[in-house]
Amino acid sequence: MAALNRATSLAALGGALHRAPYQRPPEAPVLHLKPANTWSGPGDPIPCPPGVSGLRMGGTLGLAIGRTARRVAVADALSHVAGYAICNDVSIPYESHYRPAIKERCRDGFCPIGPVVPADGVGDPDRLEVAIEIDGVVRSRTTGSDLVRGAARLLAEVSRFITFEPGDLLLLGEPHDAPVAQPGDLVRVVIPGVGTLENPVR
Amino acid sequence: MKRGRVLVDGIAREATAAGEQVCLEGGRLLAETEITWLPPIVPRTAFAIGLNYADHAKELAFKPPTEPLVFLKGPNTFCGHRGTTPRPADVTFMHYECELAVVIGRTARQVLEAEALDYVAGYTVANDYAFRDYLENYYRPNLRVKSRDRATPLGPWLIDRADIADPMNLEILTTVNGTVTQRGSTRDMIFGVPWLIAFLSGFLTLSPGDLILTGTPEGLADVRPGDEVITEVEGVGRLVNTIVADEER
Repeated sequence: MAALNRATSLAALGGALHRAPYQRPPEAPVLHLKPANTWSGPGDPIPCPPGVSGLRMGGTLGLAIGRTARRVAVADALSHVAGYAICNDVSIPYESHYRPAIKERCRDGFCPIGPVVPADGVGDPDRLEVAIEIDGVVRSRTTGSDLVRGAARLLAEVSRFITFEPGDLLLLGEPHDAPVAQPGDLVRVVIPGVGTLENPVR
Repeated sequence: MKRGRVLVDGIAREATAAGEQVCLEGGRLLAETEITWLPPIVPRTAFAIGLNYADHAKELAFKPPTEPLVFLKGPNTFCGHRGTTPRPADVTFMHYECELAVVIGRTARQVLEAEALDYVAGYTVANDYAFRDYLENYYRPNLRVKSRDRATPLGPWLIDRADIADPMNLEILTTVNGTVTQRGSTRDMIFGVPWLIAFLSGFLTLSPGDLILTGTPEGLADVRPGDEVITEVEGVGRLVNTIVADEER
């Protein structure tokens, strides 16, 4: 899962990137992991923890790895992708990117996944539009145009130190304006050509 | 009981310890030289705790934390006993970290500290290598430092919980080429094993096969290709690893 993979997200941090605790802008891809307890499917409720007023809906495209990818070249990277998945990297809103955001990003049910479609016919993944709707209203609409690293480059650079195996998912990263949903809301992540992922927040 | 996983003739097999030998399911006995070690479990989620010993926190010039620093490790990073860990050519400081590793045995949700050990299947040893040149201040310690391929040896065996009377009083010892470089005790953890299980299960569900690496005491040193690094936790195991040069492009 890539984080801070949007030029707009980095621009919003602005001068803070050069001050403590960050000191300098990130060089390598910024990453975090969504552990197994976070995974859920279409329609599954996203549990909002007690005392939390709303959750960020980090709708994003996921690359479904189809064959072992280790130290692959950018030009060859997407040949390791078997399909594309719609994912929602849910989080409790937070400000600091200094420490791993385990409490904010790794709660049960915080990563709805699906549907997954075969890569053939999808075309350039960086051109796909990702819309995040809350109760039928589009709250965020982005493409890969402001990605710091597009799909092929991200996979190639991360595969320098992490070998991807079939079944792994690499998420490109939520948009900078990922909206906040409240319990009772119905959230849809729509990627034309891939499908729709719908989950209620409970 | 000591349980593990080994490769025999290219096939992954369950095994138990039989003295100095390895006993496969079905009773066949093999010498250590006839097998390749795999990590004793396939971790589901691997949690790691940073700065969990007061002395190590001091060594790294941080204040001891009031809440544990938790990070995650991917499945790519684990390797077995007697495995090799690559050191990239551009790295100037790569260090081992000898750690008590806790394997969860049953689903744990909001458990009490006093009952937390009931949820443990057993213990093993982890060597949580770090490559400090790659540290960046975003989600630190970042995956490039802590979740590299083959950079977390685990094993040799999973020791049943019942065989460890007190996980909070075990000696920790690392040797590099036979010289002791790291020595400590799990009793010096800031956040002990029961506390960590209660804490994590307080905001997420722990499941069988989840792994918690509990942090390392002071005594970290740079290791180089050819070095044999042995990380040992008293009563739990002695995990051997060799550093190799990463020459693959």
